[in-house]
Amino acid sequence: MYVVYERETPLTSTTPPTPPTTPPDPVPYPFNKGPGLAMHEAYARARESDGMIRVQMPYGEPAWLATRYADVRAVLSDHRFSRAAAQEHDEPRHTPGAGVESDSILSMDPPDHTRLRTLVSRAFTKQRVEQLRPWVRRLTGDLLAGLRARGDTADLVEDFALPLPIAVICELLGVPAADRPRFREWSDGVLSTSRLTQEEQYANMLALRDYITGHVAARRLVPKDDLISALIAARDADDRLGEQELVNLCVGILIAGHETTASQIPNFVHVLLHHPEEWRSLRDDPGLIPAAVEELTRFVPLIVGGAFARYATEDVEVGGVLVREGEPVIVATNAANRDPARFEDPEELRLDRTANQHVTFGHGVHHCLGAPLARLELQEALRALTATMPGLRVAGEVVWKEGMLVRAPSRMTVGW
Amino acid sequence: MTARVPARGPEGCTDPAWHVEVDQDQCIGSGMCVALLPKRFVLPGDAARVLPGAADGVPDEALLDAADSCPALAITVTDRATGRIVGPRP
Repeated sequence: MYVVYERETPLTSTTPPTPPTTPPDPVPYPFNKGPGLAMHEAYARARESDGMIRVQMPYGEPAWLATRYADVRAVLSDHRFSRAAAQEHDEPRHTPGAGVESDSILSMDPPDHTRLRTLVSRAFTKQRVEQLRPWVRRLTGDLLAGLRARGDTADLVEDFALPLPIAVICELLGVPAADRPRFREWSDGVLSTSRLTQEEQYANMLALRDYITGHVAARRLVPKDDLISALIAARDADDRLGEQELVNLCVGILIAGHETTASQIPNFVHVLLHHPEEWRSLRDDPGLIPAAVEELTRFVPLIVGGAFARYATEDVEVGGVLVREGEPVIVATNAANRDPARFEDPEELRLDRTANQHVTFGHGVHHCLGAPLARLELQEALRALTATMPGLRVAGEVVWKEGMLVRAPSRMTVGW
Repeated sequence: MTARVPARGPEGCTDPAWHVEVDQDQCIGSGMCVALLPKRFVLPGDAARVLPGAADGVPDEALLDAADSCPALAITVTDRATGRIVGPRP
């Protein structure tokens, strides 16, 4: 098979042409840095050249980066690309330590992954999520009523975007309301890429695990109508879910379940306030909100990028580039979501976009387990904000997160 | 709880007792089923489909796994003889 490694327009133009059997020098990754939600131009360049480019993360070995929609979907749904194999390699990552525990669901391939995934899927069903909608609607209403009662401005992040998903995920798991602040501290700590030392990060993970282990033990004695009990039942009836797996899953659900959604709420507001006509349209017709959430989810490049490399278990051609056995590929879902080969006018925010199959929730066997929950929370957040704060505006400086795996405001003072 | 179904049909069993369908309106194109069972599902565009000739087959737990894992619950597995829904499992 002919190996296509050369680019028509090299990203670093000073390097001489490389022989076809040697991958070109990698460029530093991730691209998107600094405040705001802009997409680095290197993504569009990569999509327009070979699609697959060589990148170097802060730690770990160089990797291929898939930037086109078709390539991203192909890599994520092809069983010849393995997450489990990353354990045997110097996986590309943001931090010096290994990013994901080897026994995490995110480090598994089928059939091990399938076993865990189906157990969680059966506990974390679309129905269980949908049942939460009235509760979430009340919660968003109460949170905003509280803000309005207290004054004319508030921090959208601290006072709305964070309490909402934390309350929802704690409710779903069955964690007492009083423990929510601790939860948030641990989970923030685990997700930090530079704010905390590796030891501090690890300490947060251990604290969170200990806490969950306690809850699992309590539910084993007295089951309740919550996700932890449902997961225990899934295990005990079939004897298929190990204690450690159970704890890891809950920790994963907890962390994944709040940081992302808490970040998307201010991101969505940030984008919508720059598109006042769209904001007004949602205010006037809440029926547009579900499609708007899909479009905003496509449009906002939330993830800094680079995590969860897939390793080729044999030589595989992706978008005309040969990925050799043992080489890692990371996927740029943000870039795929802006691929003009898939989305018409991808740089435009069109809230009524149809057939909007973005890859923000991933693709293939690791497709986000919490996607229905995220959609529910984001829909209800927008519904409450547009309905009760129709004149929402930024009323102070917007401070952006640094050193986290997601991009979002860390503080956003708003008035109404 | 759920009856355990052999990973493959019973020894020598060739009876295509099960039927699988993907609801095109429900499917969100997550790619879950295609990644799990590339021999039975395909994702040509935005919604997955059952591959031609793969709609009927012997009882197979992997098919139930696919139905259970589908984030849109768009996959239905039925027992052809009785019409009973066997997947997704309750």
